[in-house]
Amino acid sequence: MSDGNQGGKLKVVGQRPIRPDGVDKVTGRAQFGADFHLPGMLAGRIKRSPHAHARIVKIDASAAASLPGVKAIVTSVDFDRGASGEVEAGEGHTAIREVAENCLASGKVLYVGHAVAAVAATHPEIAAEAIDLIEVTYEALPHVIDVEEAMAPGAPLLHADLFTKGVNPKPDKPSNIALKSVMGRGDVPGAFKSADVIVEGRYTTAAVHQGYIEPHACVASWGADGQSTVWCSSQGQFLVRALVAKILGMPLSDLKVIPAEIGGGFGGKTTVYLEPVALALSRKCGRPVKLVMSREEVFLASGPTSGSVMDVKIAATKDGKITGAEMMLAYQAGAFPGSPVHLGCMTAFACYDVENLALVGYDVVSNRPKVAAYRAPGAPMAAFAVESAIDELARKLGMDPIDLRLKNAVRDGAKTVYGATVKSAAFVETLEMVKASAHYKTPLAKGQARGVAAGFWFNIGGESSAAVHVDEDGGVTVVSSNPDIGGSRASMAMMAAETLGLPIERVRCIIGDTASIGYSGSTGGSRVTFATGMAVVQAAEKVVADLKRRAAETWGCDLAMVEWADGVAKCADPSKDAKPLSMKAIASRSAKTGGPIAAEVSINAQGAAAGYGVHLCDLEIDPETGRSTVIRYTAAQDVGRAIHPAYVEGQLQGGAAQGIGWALNEEYVYGKSGQLENASFLDYRMPVASDLPMIDTILVEARPNPRHPYGAKGVGEVPIVPPLAAVANAVSHIVGERMTSLPLSPAKVLAAMAKR
Amino acid sequence: MSGVDYLSPGTVADAVSALRAAGGSARLMAGGTDLLVQMRGGRAKPKVVIDLKGIPGLSGIRLEGGGFIVGAATPGAVLGEHEALKAAWPGVIEAANLIGSTQVQGRASLGGNLCNASPAADSVPALIAAGVVCLIEGPGGKRELPVEKVQTGPGKTALAVDEILVAFRFPAKAAQSSDAYLRMIPRTEMDIAVVGAGVSVSLDASGVCTAARVGIGAVAPTTLLVEAAGAALVGSEFDDAALAKLEAAVAAACRPISDKRGTAEYRTKVASVLARRAALIARDRASA
Repeated sequence: MSDGNQGGKLKVVGQRPIRPDGVDKVTGRAQFGADFHLPGMLAGRIKRSPHAHARIVKIDASAAASLPGVKAIVTSVDFDRGASGEVEAGEGHTAIREVAENCLASGKVLYVGHAVAAVAATHPEIAAEAIDLIEVTYEALPHVIDVEEAMAPGAPLLHADLFTKGVNPKPDKPSNIALKSVMGRGDVPGAFKSADVIVEGRYTTAAVHQGYIEPHACVASWGADGQSTVWCSSQGQFLVRALVAKILGMPLSDLKVIPAEIGGGFGGKTTVYLEPVALALSRKCGRPVKLVMSREEVFLASGPTSGSVMDVKIAATKDGKITGAEMMLAYQAGAFPGSPVHLGCMTAFACYDVENLALVGYDVVSNRPKVAAYRAPGAPMAAFAVESAIDELARKLGMDPIDLRLKNAVRDGAKTVYGATVKSAAFVETLEMVKASAHYKTPLAKGQARGVAAGFWFNIGGESSAAVHVDEDGGVTVVSSNPDIGGSRASMAMMAAETLGLPIERVRCIIGDTASIGYSGSTGGSRVTFATGMAVVQAAEKVVADLKRRAAETWGCDLAMVEWADGVAKCADPSKDAKPLSMKAIASRSAKTGGPIAAEVSINAQGAAAGYGVHLCDLEIDPETGRSTVIRYTAAQDVGRAIHPAYVEGQLQGGAAQGIGWALNEEYVYGKSGQLENASFLDYRMPVASDLPMIDTILVEARPNPRHPYGAKGVGEVPIVPPLAAVANAVSHIVGERMTSLPLSPAKVLAAMAKR
Repeated sequence: MSGVDYLSPGTVADAVSALRAAGGSARLMAGGTDLLVQMRGGRAKPKVVIDLKGIPGLSGIRLEGGGFIVGAATPGAVLGEHEALKAAWPGVIEAANLIGSTQVQGRASLGGNLCNASPAADSVPALIAAGVVCLIEGPGGKRELPVEKVQTGPGKTALAVDEILVAFRFPAKAAQSSDAYLRMIPRTEMDIAVVGAGVSVSLDASGVCTAARVGIGAVAPTTLLVEAAGAALVGSEFDDAALAKLEAAVAAACRPISDKRGTAEYRTKVASVLARRAALIARDRASA
């Protein structure tokens, strides 16, 4: 097998071929979740809770059922009540019972927008009318939105059976704290006792939504023989199959899930909201049912990621060595347990070699939509607190913020707080390249400030499958097992072309459905180019071996004498009069050499390498309105080797853009009754294109991943980790005080400036 | 299944009759950029939609008496491409062209922006500052109303249920006069004003302000004409004392709410800032 250090010989990897999905997307031909139609298809619609917290006393659907055109109505009784266990979902696992409860509430509704019933009708307007005719009787209960209020004694309880995990002995009373996650090492009190300098602060972030442009959408069709199909956009067709089948009590083999083109996910499409409901409706009436969320429903009932409250305290020597740190992280989970607080604890100090650490995380439920994964789940908030504190430390010590980070940066061999040993890390090189960059050397104009921040993400491997089919004319089709959310069709095709010695134009990549390719974990954890890419390369290597065998048979020579290069088999045996055999030549007579040429590989990929990012943000603030403008931004990242550099740059730019929005304006705004007040793109203020400068990128390829055939590391998540602090550090320098609460909206910044 | 009737009358009289016949269950549509969004979101449920775009005179710009008559349904893109109107009233045009996106500009109109009666409507403070008058027709004939008298509350106007805003009359532009509009949004576009301020000024030959009008938005249940703010500038050369008086007058007129888009305190502070900045831009334009 090839190793990760063959940069000089590569012909396709590292190039920038035209993206394979581009034409379909810009011409509108791409088939997203909502674009699929079937004959006889019904329009579905969901009835949602107007209450933040209430007991469902009664659901009366009789009037809706008698409305002409209504074909099916479902509530939670139509799900398999015994469903239990967990399903792999991106970076973590998800409890099936809670996913079912989130798709259709049974005993209680836990947030405004929580689904309680659904209708399928011959027209969308009839479905809408029917929804209004369903009468739900509620007994309203006190609600709690804020994470600290939810943790306080006497807070309204969401789940009577929720006892804090991670506490010994088990608590005797239920609470909203689902988990206490503790990790650490060394002598933290000792570190603070002997510290020259201590910085500490309380940091808060708001709940933010992934903001994918495509709302959740699916079509489900129940077959008369029980064989069913779901078409949907998701980050994992196998994940959707597992969740839907288990919620509806079906064997997996009775359900085929066909992935649609996906219009953004960012982690938010690693669960299901609509699919089990649509299939339950279809099961009731025998017709295909389409369900599509409105944007308002997307905000109310899908995503977001946790808002957080964090206390961080850092001890250092006067020459800038961080000797110890302690941190408390409390993350909103939404209505059901499962915030990424554990990942927040693991990543908080992962960039730094800190001997003494004490971290405690709390996973807290409240009357908000259940959080979903969002790009490096849990890490951006923790990094906001830690990187702000480190910035403050640099100021206190009078040190350059990059020098301070270099002094404490992890290097290979360091141990992380969660037990892993750092390998193939290029954090030091990334810091050095940023320090040497034109951006960092450019002086700031009056009124401007520069923020520096770093970030870490694990990146994962895991179970993946891929197939390589050689067409009769010598071209190749790669079947990937993962929906393409970040350019994986391009990277899969490129790695196959590189391995096979073909030009990229001769290789196409498609995404297989659950019945046509082996199992794969979902598209998450920045794992696809690494793990599924490894499966693709191994499948391509099998094909090369097969091609060589066929060439040897054709020539009657020893297999060892066959060389494969540039898509052509050559015979190294001078005693044979053997003309080189092209891919096309071998493929066109495959019937005579053993039949079709294809290989499928399923693996559990090991050896994923973590990634590190360092961002620079130059910013200015209108002193009379508090409005921030980012004027220059650079994102640098340890990427191993960039398979398709333009896509990798796009990942860095996209992550930075989302992080800047998180820092400046995005937040879930709640009213007194627990109502989400800004469930639209108008008032949920994600950045628009004109808000941002060109985001410059620096791809650091100093340390290709030796465990991947072409040196790839995951790249998609790291870039959203540093921006929150990069922006906040710049704002803090201009305001003249540490800004600890996101978002840094104009009103908040103006108020802080007015105080000074 | 409940439906909506769509009517496209050819004359104002037909539109008034249709409006009358519907007895309050109709909504007038110009560009539809507010109405259709409201209908889709279930906030507006008209039984009849009366499209005004097909009526001659409702769209288009013509010169009259040294000023302009602008059809109420004229799209923002058309306003922005009218060089003479833009030269005369740059503040109104920049306000109108801030609404929505390029696509929205192909439909959105001044008449719709005013009659939707949002206190945050971008073009309205600028129209107020410019001293623009509405030409209204109803069953009882024609009447005129200054722009600042049209909005009576959020979503409410002084028009009777069977009256139609047909056009705006822009006054003849005085020598050495101009206008400007500024709004505060946290982003750069595709947003709704947290605060808006329009100012028009006239100068004498020596640069002294002879007349000024200030309109502000998103700081009260309706857009407002702040007469005291205009008066603060008259007789001054935009010195610090006059500008401070203008700021104080604007702040005194603000009665904002705190909501998802901004706090009351913030809106009040920024309204003054924007009014001052807009006044200085208008002055620079007037003396250019």
